[in-house]
Amino acid sequence: MDFSLSTEQKEIYEMVTKFVKNEIIPVAAKYDEESIFPTKEFKKAWELGLVNTCIPVEYGGAGFTTLDSVIIGERLAYGCMGMNSSFMANDLALLPIAIAGSHEQKEKFLKPFTEEFKIASFCLTEPANGSDAGGIKTSIKDGGDHWIINGEKMWITNAGHADLFVVYGTIDASKKHDGISAVIVPGDTEGIIVGKKEDKMGHRSSDTRGVKFENVKVPKENMIGKPGEGWSIAMKTLDHSRPLVASSAVGGAQRALDLSVQYAKERKQFGVPIAKHQAISFMVADMAMKVEAARLLTHKAACQLDAGIRNTETASYAKAFASDSCMQIATDAVQIYGGYGYSKEYPVEKIMRDAKLIQIYEGTSQIQRLVIAREVFSK
Amino acid sequence: MNIFVCVKQVPDTETKVKPNGDGSFIETDAIKWIMNPYDEFAVEQALLVKAANSESTVTVIRVGGVKDTEALRTAMAMGADDSILVEAQDNLDSYSIAKALKGAIEKSGKDADLILCGKQAIDDDCLQVPQVLAQMMSLPSVAVIVGFEQDGEKITVKREIEGGAIEVYEVNSPVVLATNKGINTPRYASLPGIMKAKRKPLQQLSLADVGVSDDDRRVKYSDFQLPPEKPAGKKFEAMDEADAPKVVAEVVGLLRNEAKVI
Repeated sequence: MDFSLSTEQKEIYEMVTKFVKNEIIPVAAKYDEESIFPTKEFKKAWELGLVNTCIPVEYGGAGFTTLDSVIIGERLAYGCMGMNSSFMANDLALLPIAIAGSHEQKEKFLKPFTEEFKIASFCLTEPANGSDAGGIKTSIKDGGDHWIINGEKMWITNAGHADLFVVYGTIDASKKHDGISAVIVPGDTEGIIVGKKEDKMGHRSSDTRGVKFENVKVPKENMIGKPGEGWSIAMKTLDHSRPLVASSAVGGAQRALDLSVQYAKERKQFGVPIAKHQAISFMVADMAMKVEAARLLTHKAACQLDAGIRNTETASYAKAFASDSCMQIATDAVQIYGGYGYSKEYPVEKIMRDAKLIQIYEGTSQIQRLVIAREVFSK
Repeated sequence: MNIFVCVKQVPDTETKVKPNGDGSFIETDAIKWIMNPYDEFAVEQALLVKAANSESTVTVIRVGGVKDTEALRTAMAMGADDSILVEAQDNLDSYSIAKALKGAIEKSGKDADLILCGKQAIDDDCLQVPQVLAQMMSLPSVAVIVGFEQDGEKITVKREIEGGAIEVYEVNSPVVLATNKGINTPRYASLPGIMKAKRKPLQQLSLADVGVSDDDRRVKYSDFQLPPEKPAGKKFEAMDEADAPKVVAEVVGLLRNEAKVI
């Protein structure tokens, strides 16, 4: 085990790094400030095969491993965590179909994403149910030859642009987890009411909205798996998506570290660059240590999945450690930049705002600890 | 059309270089190599010509060290069909490189209809290989091209000259063309392209295979050095207007006697 990447992975890394340097970093601050959805960059990333990495090769995908996906995700997030949220949301929505969908569903819903630029949204969270996803209220009723969906979803990434929604609801709320089911809803289906764009602290270029489903009818064959299998599908999806989200935190943290190193070498106080002051150099050393540890956990969670090893615990380690570290590192980067760091003239305050969300979405840092504790005590 | 692109691998512009032990080149162990940026325009132009001419192939050739094949793999990931690597020291001179390229093209068994190169490599900035190669192959050549149009065998190229003026040349293929920035926007190697490039043929040859020996060397490098460190700047206190004449006299004196620029 020498932790090195394959030749192709190194090439992928270089290619995404170049793309991010030329296409993402130059516009990131403006898109953040003006809350602009990155349609052009998203499309370009799609053309180059940087999004929808979960689609299997049989359905037109490039055949990436999870490790490949986290390498790509880390570099994209290095440029902008907010834009990466938009790109990554496609994978979050398509993963349930890739993991548990039928051959017909994959042909019908995954393949078009490889042939044409399309956007997808994953709808799990509700206004009253975030961490307690098992208690979701959106109902999926049997309407004979179709399902009828009613309910309200909240914090839905890409909602204003989605060509496809994957919606979690319950066929019977009294059954709790055993009632949860997942259905595929084409974006043009009647009864979908997309709410206003949320004005967020960070990830401002990603489009986040509430979505209402009012008597939305979808064919019976649009249910992923069987009725009541939604919870287990969601859990399997999280095993895949948490390493991806962790990689986003690693990317943001690496950027904050690189910017801090650069600034600490240039900024002079008391006659020497501040990097020569131990107070600063030790902060940078801690940052570097955490970035590497977070990356290794993320790569391990991805490699376990690729090797068919259950990775729930490692995925939660990676998600919690990487996102908490990213927040700490970004905060320290602002500290190292001092007054300049607090100003929007410099890029570190954006990373601090963006980092916060990674601790919240795709399972809060507290939920990750709940998962970890359960795994630890069940042994 | 049989299109050949000659590429060089150069140290990444952000790499810190230092001379090697005997001063014959730079330390290459920790170097990150990239495709010479001017060669990216050549690869892109080759792919555009290929797209416009059915039954065309793009072969990329590189002469240099074999530890890293980044440039050839990138070119194939962008869409080139195959590549030839001629193993050589990374500090070969322009004459030997041109001769090796000629040998590799001949050894490929294909008659070249178009040979594209970058106008210069950003490491040694010699600007010689395209012209020397054309001379050796008895082909016409145009360098520093910023425009390309093709009508059958006739190719019209625009060449940038000093002062921003443009010269227009009509040439018949086969021809050697050296590309400048502005001719096109090189595509990124797409991820599916990177995966496909793994299976594309990469032929490896030695200098002897392409008929190059040590006797061909026209330039021998011996004393690589880092540029001298910039001396610290001089500061003049001129807050008080009354001091101005004295300070100006001092500055003029230094510019004339020390810097010798006026």
